[in-house]
Amino acid sequence: MHAIDTSPHVADEVKQTTCYMCACRCGINVHLKDGQIRYIEGNRDHPVNRGVLCAKGSAGIMQQYSPARLRKPLLRVGERGKAEFKEIEWPEALAIAAEWLGRIRATDPKKLALFTGRDQSQALTGWWAAQFGTPNFAAHGGFCSVNMAAAGLYTIGGSFWEFGEPDWERTQYFMLFGVAEDHDSNPIKIGLAKLKARGVKIVSVNPVRTGYSAIADEWIGIRPGTDGLFVMALIHELLHADRIDLDYLVKYTNAPWLVVRDPGGADDGLFARDDGGKPLAWDQRTGRAVDAARIDIAPALVGEFTLPGGRLAVPAFQLLAGRYMSPDYAPDAVAAACGVAADTIRRIAAELAHTAFERQIVLDQPWTDCHGRRHETMIGRPVAMHAMRGISAHSNGFHTCRAIHLLQMLLGAIDTPGSFRYEPPFPRPCPPAPRPAGRTVSPNRPLSGMPLGQPTGPEDLLVEADGTPLRIDKAYSWEAPLAAHGLMHMVIRNAWKGDPYKIDTLFMYMSNMAWNSAMNSAETIAMLTDKEADGSYKIPRIIYADAYFSETVAYADLVLPDTTYLERWDCISLLDRPISSAEGPADAIRQPVLKPDRDVRPFQDVLLDLGARLKLPGFIDAAGAPRYKDYPDYIVNHERRPGVGPLAGWRGADGDGQGSGARNPRQLEAYVANGCFWRYHLPADQLYFKHANKAYLETAKRFGFVDAVEPIILQLYSEPLQKFRLAAQGHGPVQPPADEALRRRVTTYFDPLPIWYMPLEEASVATDEYPLHAVTQRPMPMYHAWHSQNAWLRQIVSQNRLYIHRATAARLGLADDDWAWVISHHSRIKCQIRTMDGVNPQTVWTWNAIGKRAGAWNLAADAPEATRGFLLNHVISELLPPRSGAGARHSNSDPVTGQAAWYDLRVRIERAAPDEAAETAPRFPPLARPAGFAPPPATLRYNAAGPRKGRP
Amino acid sequence: MTELPAPQAGGKKLGLVIDLDTCVGCHACAVNCKEWNTSGHSAPLPDFSAYQAEPSGVWFNRIHSFEVEDGGCGRTVHFPKNCLHCETPDCVTVCPTGASYKRAEDGIVLVDADLCIGCKLCSWACPYGAREFDDDAGVMKKCTLCIDKIYNQNLAEADRVPACVATCPASARHFGDLGDPHSAVSRLVAERGGYDLMPEMEYRPVSKYLPPRPGKTNGGGAGAPARLDHVQQGGENKFLRWVDRLLSR
Amino acid sequence: MHPALSIILFTTLSGMGYGLLFWLGLMVPLWWLPIGAYTGLAGLAVALLFVTAGLSCSSAHLGHPERAWRAFTQWRSSWLSREGVASLLTYVPALGYGYLWFTGGDDRLWSLAGYASAAGAVVTVVCTAMIYRSLKTVRRWHNGWVVPNYLALSGASGGTWIVAVMAIRNEISTPRTALAAAAVIAVAAALKVGYWRFIDQDRSGSTIASATGLGRLGQVRLLDPPHTEDNYLLKEMGFQIGRKHAQKLRRIALVAGFAAPIVLLIVTAVTTETAAAAAALAAALVMTVGVFVERWLFFAEAKHTVTLYYGASTA
Ligand SMILES: Nc1nc2c(c(=O)[nH]1)N[C@H]1C(S)=C(S)[C@@H](COP(=O)(O)OP(=O)(O)OC[C@H]3O[C@@H](n4cnc5c(=O)[nH]c(N)nc54)[C@H](O)[C@@H]3O)O[C@H]1N2
Ligand SMILES: Nc1nc2c(c(=O)[nH]1)N[C@H]1C(S)=C(S)[C@@H](COP(=O)(O)OP(=O)(O)OC[C@H]3O[C@@H](n4cnc5c(=O)[nH]c(N)nc54)[C@H](O)[C@@H]3O)O[C@H]1N2
Ligand code: SF4
Ligand code: SF4
Ligand code: SF4
Ligand code: SF4
Ligand code: SF4
Ligand SMILES: [Mo]
Repeated sequence: MHAIDTSPHVADEVKQTTCYMCACRCGINVHLKDGQIRYIEGNRDHPVNRGVLCAKGSAGIMQQYSPARLRKPLLRVGERGKAEFKEIEWPEALAIAAEWLGRIRATDPKKLALFTGRDQSQALTGWWAAQFGTPNFAAHGGFCSVNMAAAGLYTIGGSFWEFGEPDWERTQYFMLFGVAEDHDSNPIKIGLAKLKARGVKIVSVNPVRTGYSAIADEWIGIRPGTDGLFVMALIHELLHADRIDLDYLVKYTNAPWLVVRDPGGADDGLFARDDGGKPLAWDQRTGRAVDAARIDIAPALVGEFTLPGGRLAVPAFQLLAGRYMSPDYAPDAVAAACGVAADTIRRIAAELAHTAFERQIVLDQPWTDCHGRRHETMIGRPVAMHAMRGISAHSNGFHTCRAIHLLQMLLGAIDTPGSFRYEPPFPRPCPPAPRPAGRTVSPNRPLSGMPLGQPTGPEDLLVEADGTPLRIDKAYSWEAPLAAHGLMHMVIRNAWKGDPYKIDTLFMYMSNMAWNSAMNSAETIAMLTDKEADGSYKIPRIIYADAYFSETVAYADLVLPDTTYLERWDCISLLDRPISSAEGPADAIRQPVLKPDRDVRPFQDVLLDLGARLKLPGFIDAAGAPRYKDYPDYIVNHERRPGVGPLAGWRGADGDGQGSGARNPRQLEAYVANGCFWRYHLPADQLYFKHANKAYLETAKRFGFVDAVEPIILQLYSEPLQKFRLAAQGHGPVQPPADEALRRRVTTYFDPLPIWYMPLEEASVATDEYPLHAVTQRPMPMYHAWHSQNAWLRQIVSQNRLYIHRATAARLGLADDDWAWVISHHSRIKCQIRTMDGVNPQTVWTWNAIGKRAGAWNLAADAPEATRGFLLNHVISELLPPRSGAGARHSNSDPVTGQAAWYDLRVRIERAAPDEAAETAPRFPPLARPAGFAPPPATLRYNAAGPRKGRP
Repeated sequence: MTELPAPQAGGKKLGLVIDLDTCVGCHACAVNCKEWNTSGHSAPLPDFSAYQAEPSGVWFNRIHSFEVEDGGCGRTVHFPKNCLHCETPDCVTVCPTGASYKRAEDGIVLVDADLCIGCKLCSWACPYGAREFDDDAGVMKKCTLCIDKIYNQNLAEADRVPACVATCPASARHFGDLGDPHSAVSRLVAERGGYDLMPEMEYRPVSKYLPPRPGKTNGGGAGAPARLDHVQQGGENKFLRWVDRLLSR
Repeated sequence: MHPALSIILFTTLSGMGYGLLFWLGLMVPLWWLPIGAYTGLAGLAVALLFVTAGLSCSSAHLGHPERAWRAFTQWRSSWLSREGVASLLTYVPALGYGYLWFTGGDDRLWSLAGYASAAGAVVTVVCTAMIYRSLKTVRRWHNGWVVPNYLALSGASGGTWIVAVMAIRNEISTPRTALAAAAVIAVAAALKVGYWRFIDQDRSGSTIASATGLGRLGQVRLLDPPHTEDNYLLKEMGFQIGRKHAQKLRRIALVAGFAAPIVLLIVTAVTTETAAAAAALAAALVMTVGVFVERWLFFAEAKHTVTLYYGASTA
């Protein structure tokens, strides 16, 4: 008698595309009804999310109808930072940009700094910068997780991040280091569920016990910045018990390679090589140093040998064993520093060894190695590890990440059944190629290559003869030699300071650099508005492409409004950050499912248009006309190398080509028909040992991932690091400037074997004055700045608290909801605290990027995001405390890679005075609502199935 | 009619089983629920002060987080909560209008928005906070167990599951007939010791919770020793153990 | 529980009205309360005024007042529905009672109508009380004290009002009635104090342990609520009142709702004319305020089990 329609008509049509509520890139089915979004669900056939959708992805509707969407190009009319704009037409906007940029290119291209956020068309933006001729390009990786990428690429030719994954189906033991959410948001959750279903032990090493750590079978509440010690203690145990995979080490790593012992010499610590430059190993059968690549030898792992010519050399393994077997790394020696009981460390080591060796996996799967030897089975070490920003966001993260890879190698647990696995296009040769371009920059000339790359020695650095950095962010300088992703967090400061030089235009895309992605946000804002004596801005011009009214929009002179992810074509390319899995390479696209109802344009179209206006080679044809009509045209027709384009699927005139092949005009239709993704399933014999698997490497070569079918030898001992160290010790043509401190710094941190050192901020402040570590975590339902404008997601977290251990709070006389000051060596913020037990007692933490600038995102100025939300960023300095003695302050980064050291932060907490309660600090004047913006609605009644009324 | 349907032996009892051992507290189920239902049977699910201070809205599923004493350090338990479609719930019987009712055929507890006078009494009668008042429409709303999805002929068979279940990345939510002792969900409840919330209320929730499993701090549950014995051979010369190993490449 | 003005006015006013109706309907025909017809009719008018005002307040609480009639359909299971039906039915004998009184119609019929109205009044008040008493979710309502309290306070407040009316009309039996009413108030006071004692001592409610089922693992505390701002459930059922504040209001309720009226009624009993009238009216008014405060507390002090999911450890 109650009328219910249990089979209502759901949608007029369902369009498939790729989610972009975060960078995980899940496949989605968008149900459309009367031109409105009825429902967004996960695409069950999609390799990334297999049908599931996270909280963010499920809130796509509210993103699409957000009142913060930019509506039209904006030109600044008032002072910077006041958000006083006038709306202009696109032709005018593009003409202005072309005029500004054209002048730069004709005079000094490096005066353009193009920096992009978590954008997923870096293959295009980087290429655009190269064609423009500026070395000053990078994406967000420098403040994100370059430590993981670099440590991985230089060590195993692949990496964590989203470029490798645990063998969820087979692993028997999973260790998670410093992960709250990861880029692989859904895959990790799906994987953890699989482990739970199989009863596999999950160990989470993390100072905070929430999310993944909450469901872990064992939580190790480590003290931030000490994972290196913890891991080295595990290695110590394994070495002393001789529970390591010697066979794996000898076959697949450089453990047996001979390292020259020539203290003080120019070749000290380099590999002993034959005349052909091939590394040598000591053959125990013949008693001679021979080509280490030969397979007919029995290489020694220990011993000191005399090379022809009299030099002494020892196998890399002996140096490794010598270091980590020392009592300094005994569990008892590190327990206190890590805040982990020595017995726990010993037990974990035992569990790792037990699982790797007693529970080894043997797959009846024949395969052939690079030397043509057929193996009847695949032996697996079912110990898998994954690590992310808890490791990388420290100034010792590069070495810590390398230490984890070392541990994996010693257990023989890289790309074997049950262990960590590479995702194609990885593994790649190690040390990695190519070198960064930009040594010579000249007017109207493209760079010789791509701006970002991986140096393998001092000669690859981008520095003047006197060591002055060539890049505005000082990447690839002596301050950050392996800055493979640049140092986005230093761009604004350096540009403002004119150090190493002044720039003309800062061109940013999809990065909220005036707020949550800046270290020291308050001063960053000041730098953006700071002026010269003559009243001109110190950073003369700022162009910004955003899709929403973010804090940074207010600081732009020219705003180029982008579309939403449901309104444009995108390309998730193997040349960039693909969606591959260990089972095979994969890439994807986005197709527009809705037409913009505003005067906005896809940024990629805009970039192509600008490229053509600027006559950048590659963007124009012989006749000087635009080569690409628009982005889809580029996706289909652009070729990086013959046969290699943005998309690897359905290549070739008739579309049956995979990986490489001629252009296919109907490529996009093929993608759309397949749910907007392409994937190649590797045959069973190519699924493991990819670094040494002949069949796989042949596939990789065919797809253009590697240039040759040669084994990729994993680098326990990293020779490139030693090369930098030698230069700092006064050897070779390219050396650091005479600054002693700088040379000492390079000598110290470029150790060819992983080291642990106290995070730089901790080492340079009085730790009793700043007794606590302060870190952030990703809130699972929020993506950085993006989602406070989202009416559904903001309800979940519209303000944040500082979480602190109950005992620690009690000692400070603090209780739940009390207001407190968080004070660092640099600045202070005011916030409200919440106590918990599941946190390391020396650590406080909060959710990332919840605090918002009043007025931004078209939120009411008294929104909780502004009044009770806060950012730790204000207390995080982009510079280390002044060095004792002379010398410029170093950036707050990893000395090897330049990775922003967000989580090195040290603070003390003080109760706020009663009259200081009720509002977080610092506060900034509310941003005005830009031209063309209407006040947001109060009540939403979203109902795509019902009457139009109440549509947001 | 707000009298409860007479319980039939072996009758269908649709409900959810929520696994607290795998829930990572991601809120996906809550938001996906909102997304499906705001254009669904109980549409819309309004939001108030959507972009202003004190934002709030109608949600059928909310994720709480608790901390449980666990040998000194707290164990965080993420705790999703929506209507449990109880067998003998007063939320139905207290309703003066007949708007609140429990379906005889599958036990789903629903509100008929056309009959509801918005007296809110049913929300008072629900111990679990599973009823949500739509102040805009002046009627009570609640989890429908996605009745317009689980039976929807316009959807593929595989899609006929509640939105929150389909979307859960951690597979912490299971949907099925708890009236059938042989159903997958019933077996899960039996194996894992699924339990009722606030049994003392005697509402007899159909939906169950699976308790967090005890941690494994003992050899990875695979009998590893508590520590490794160090090789003593070689004494001072720690490398001796590797000296005459003939390893082939 | 959120003390919603509409509901507090509803229970207070209708309670008084039905109390008044009870006195008039039962006592007069029994000749225990000899008063003149016009006084009686005036009292009846006041009673029906209170009842009607109360009922209309309650519908102000509804999301759809225009559908209020639907609330009469589920009397089989719902106390709220029963309350609606009873209140509506009670109008019939009450109006008949008044009509016959006015027209001086058949005495037996008139008495029957009176008894029926009194019965209706009692039944309605019991139903009202049962709406709360039947909620397992609110331990402080789900107990034996609630119905007697509602009945006694209804009788007491109604009694006070009839005395006021009588005193104004200067009826001879005013003193007797005043003392009787005072006695009822004393009983009500005892019951109220008993109720407060009970809820202060009662420990039998549900706990965060049983609400989450996590008690088996150890001590449970809320780490984070689902959303960072309050939702409907908290606004409706999460209302909290400080212990001190509650104690203060209890004292006010005791004085205004019980002590003062008793004193004033005794004054009424021993004085005459204007003095008596003034005292009685004062008694009725201060009593009304007292009952209002008591009713506010009845809600404000009630803890709902849903709060267990939002930080409370017991409810
Ligand atoms: N929902 C959501 N998903 C996201 C994002 C988002 O904003 N929201 N952001 C995306 C981006 S840009 C990135 S870079 C990734 C990052 O993904 P994650 O790496 O998960 O990023 P964080 O949240 O920074 O996690 C850092 C974790 O390390 C812990 N930690 C801090 N210091 C240490 C330490 O010294 N040792 C150990 N072992 N742990 C430590 C912290 O407690 C925290 O749990 O997430 C991506 N995915
Ligand atoms: N304290 C602290 N700070 C941190 C971190 C931390 O862990 N702790 N993490 C750091 C890390 S790893 C990262 S990656 C950064 C992330 O920080 P950012 O790179 O700044 O990322 P968001 O701020 O999330 O987004 C940048 C801008 O992208 C815009 N945007 C969203 N969608 C689109 C679109 O479709 N088109 C365009 N053109 N723009 C769009 C948003 O409006 C926003 O203004 O934060 C860093 N900051
Ligand atoms: S993880 Fe969530 S937000 Fe990110 S792409 Fe996947 S569904 Fe979208
Ligand atoms: S979606 Fe699954 S894991 Fe996420 S909160 Fe809901 S139940 Fe928990
Ligand atoms: S959970 Fe609450 S709303 Fe759902 S059936 Fe049980 S009592 Fe009723
Ligand atoms: S609010 Fe509606 S559904 Fe709930 S009890 Fe009142 S009438 Fe029934
Ligand atoms: S069953 Fe449907 S309505 Fe109920 S919580 Fe899940 S998604 Fe929401
Ligand atoms: Mo990041």
